[in-house]
Amino acid sequence: MYVTPEGKEIFVLDGHTHFWDGSPENQKNIHGKQFIDCFYAYHTGLSPKEELWDKKKFEKYSADDLYNDLFIDGPDDMAILNSTYLSDFYKDGFNNIERNMSVAKKFPNRFIVNGAFDPRDGEKALEYIHFMKETYDIKGVKMYTAEWNGASKGWRLNDPDAYKCFELCEKLGIKNIHVHKGPTILPLNKDAFDVHDVDYAATDFQGLNWIIEHCGLPRLDDFCWIATQETNVFAGLAVALPFIHSRPRYFGEIIAELLFWLGPEKILFGSDYAIWTPKWLVEKLWAFQIPEDISAERGGVQLTDEIKEKILGLNAARLYNIDVAARKAEFAAHPMSIAAE
Amino acid sequence: MTAPLSFPLDDAPLNQAPLEQVWARLDLVMDPELDEPVTDMGFIEAVSITSPPEQNTSTVHVSFRLPTYWCSPNFAFLMAEGIKRQIEVLPWVSQAVVTLQDHMAAEEMNAAINAGTSFGSVFAELHPDEDLAALREKFDIKAFQRRQEVVIKAMIAMGFLPAEILTMPRALVEIAEFTDPETIRQKARYLAILDEKHLAPSPRDLAFPTYQGAKIDDYATYMGLLRSVRINMEFSGSLCRGLKRSRYQEADLSGDMPILVDFTTHNPTHACR
Repeated sequence: MYVTPEGKEIFVLDGHTHFWDGSPENQKNIHGKQFIDCFYAYHTGLSPKEELWDKKKFEKYSADDLYNDLFIDGPDDMAILNSTYLSDFYKDGFNNIERNMSVAKKFPNRFIVNGAFDPRDGEKALEYIHFMKETYDIKGVKMYTAEWNGASKGWRLNDPDAYKCFELCEKLGIKNIHVHKGPTILPLNKDAFDVHDVDYAATDFQGLNWIIEHCGLPRLDDFCWIATQETNVFAGLAVALPFIHSRPRYFGEIIAELLFWLGPEKILFGSDYAIWTPKWLVEKLWAFQIPEDISAERGGVQLTDEIKEKILGLNAARLYNIDVAARKAEFAAHPMSIAAE
Repeated sequence: MTAPLSFPLDDAPLNQAPLEQVWARLDLVMDPELDEPVTDMGFIEAVSITSPPEQNTSTVHVSFRLPTYWCSPNFAFLMAEGIKRQIEVLPWVSQAVVTLQDHMAAEEMNAAINAGTSFGSVFAELHPDEDLAALREKFDIKAFQRRQEVVIKAMIAMGFLPAEILTMPRALVEIAEFTDPETIRQKARYLAILDEKHLAPSPRDLAFPTYQGAKIDDYATYMGLLRSVRINMEFSGSLCRGLKRSRYQEADLSGDMPILVDFTTHNPTHACR
């Protein structure tokens, strides 16, 4: 719960968090080291100084750290935990679903755990989707189209094997497909930023919601074009939002574009924890106004309190069928404490 | 830099020391994605010259590095090639040896570039489904648009109206005097790319044509396009700067908080101008 300076209580559903193990013990090779090092560079490059972690904690933090940073120190009411395997880089995967489920079980009702699969695994991917649904009743998945898999350095959402997986997701009611479309974090032979496959997939799977993490940056114009055409395409703010600290005007330009093209119902807050922690992000977002000249260039769009409330939680709650009033009441009746477990 | 946007316009002044001449050539190499010189981005790690320049048989060694291990190999290749090409323009240089450090593609790339394998063929082998010329053109268009936006906005700030921008002759931009250093820099770069692309060769030609050489149709729509190009480039640019600072421990150490950056495998010596 975020309480505004005026005393208003805002429901916060953090749309993008991780519980990873990037420690040297789990690294399979140099790529595993370079991957977490790159995340750490994002962390140090865009965080306010007082929010910096040391490298060791960043590589592997505890379930209690996660809970504390999101819900006790942080303003989150709920958080979506994404699963990411990167099996070519990490022995037990970067953050596998079992690891995520263990923390979700420890702190009930706080987490939505999303699965992951790799369509290039063919039949095995389909089996794994069944397994995740039956075992964990997942409602969403996180896709890394730039993930390595043997000789392949990436795949596209509209590959035939991917379509088989999405057909199964739709059939099983796994409705929310989160896709990393942002800065290159893995090398690809093709243009890893390209967002055009989203257009095909979103058109062909109208029953699924496509949440494009990092809103396609640095291909914001292509993303906005697609998201404007497709009613089922959403923007995840992770990575874009931290610019609110180092370059607020620049964040103003991004959010003005998103509001102008997509409207306030299709933008989702995400901290990308543990790259960034939600407390400062939410506080700064609440205090933020789009500079006048930027707003004027984009039809006068504004970040009103009502819109901020949607971005911070209501939009994601709608996608995941979360009854916000019921959850608020439940959390109020069972206030969190550090000894919650 | 890819196809260097402004390939040697003049020969290096002979009165410059050899090392300065090398740095002046490096200033002409752009990061293709950002349209900023690799020197300004701090990508050049070290420069050395073997054998005296008087004999015109010098080998120049340049090592460079990028903000992350994962930076696009395409861009790394384009920059390595640009560095090699720009330095080998110098009359006293017989060979430039370029070394990319700390990158996933470093080994293959260093071998290929320095074995004299043509960049085109290396690229074709690694990226069979991509067209190098098309890739370069894509970056040229972005560079053109980004520079153009800065100059248009500066003219508007001087009091010109959007309708006047559409028909403004090049001569008017040439004589416009700006005070902001970034505007002055981008104006020179904009005029250079106009020349390079043979857009507006005469003073009476349109100062602000589209990249295709046409008159801008609708000001607001066109500026929306330029804005979106800039937003994308700025995202990459500021991310790159932040990441590189973090990776190579160049974070501001003057503050009262310790900087918790400690993960480089070695401590590179920083190139100084």
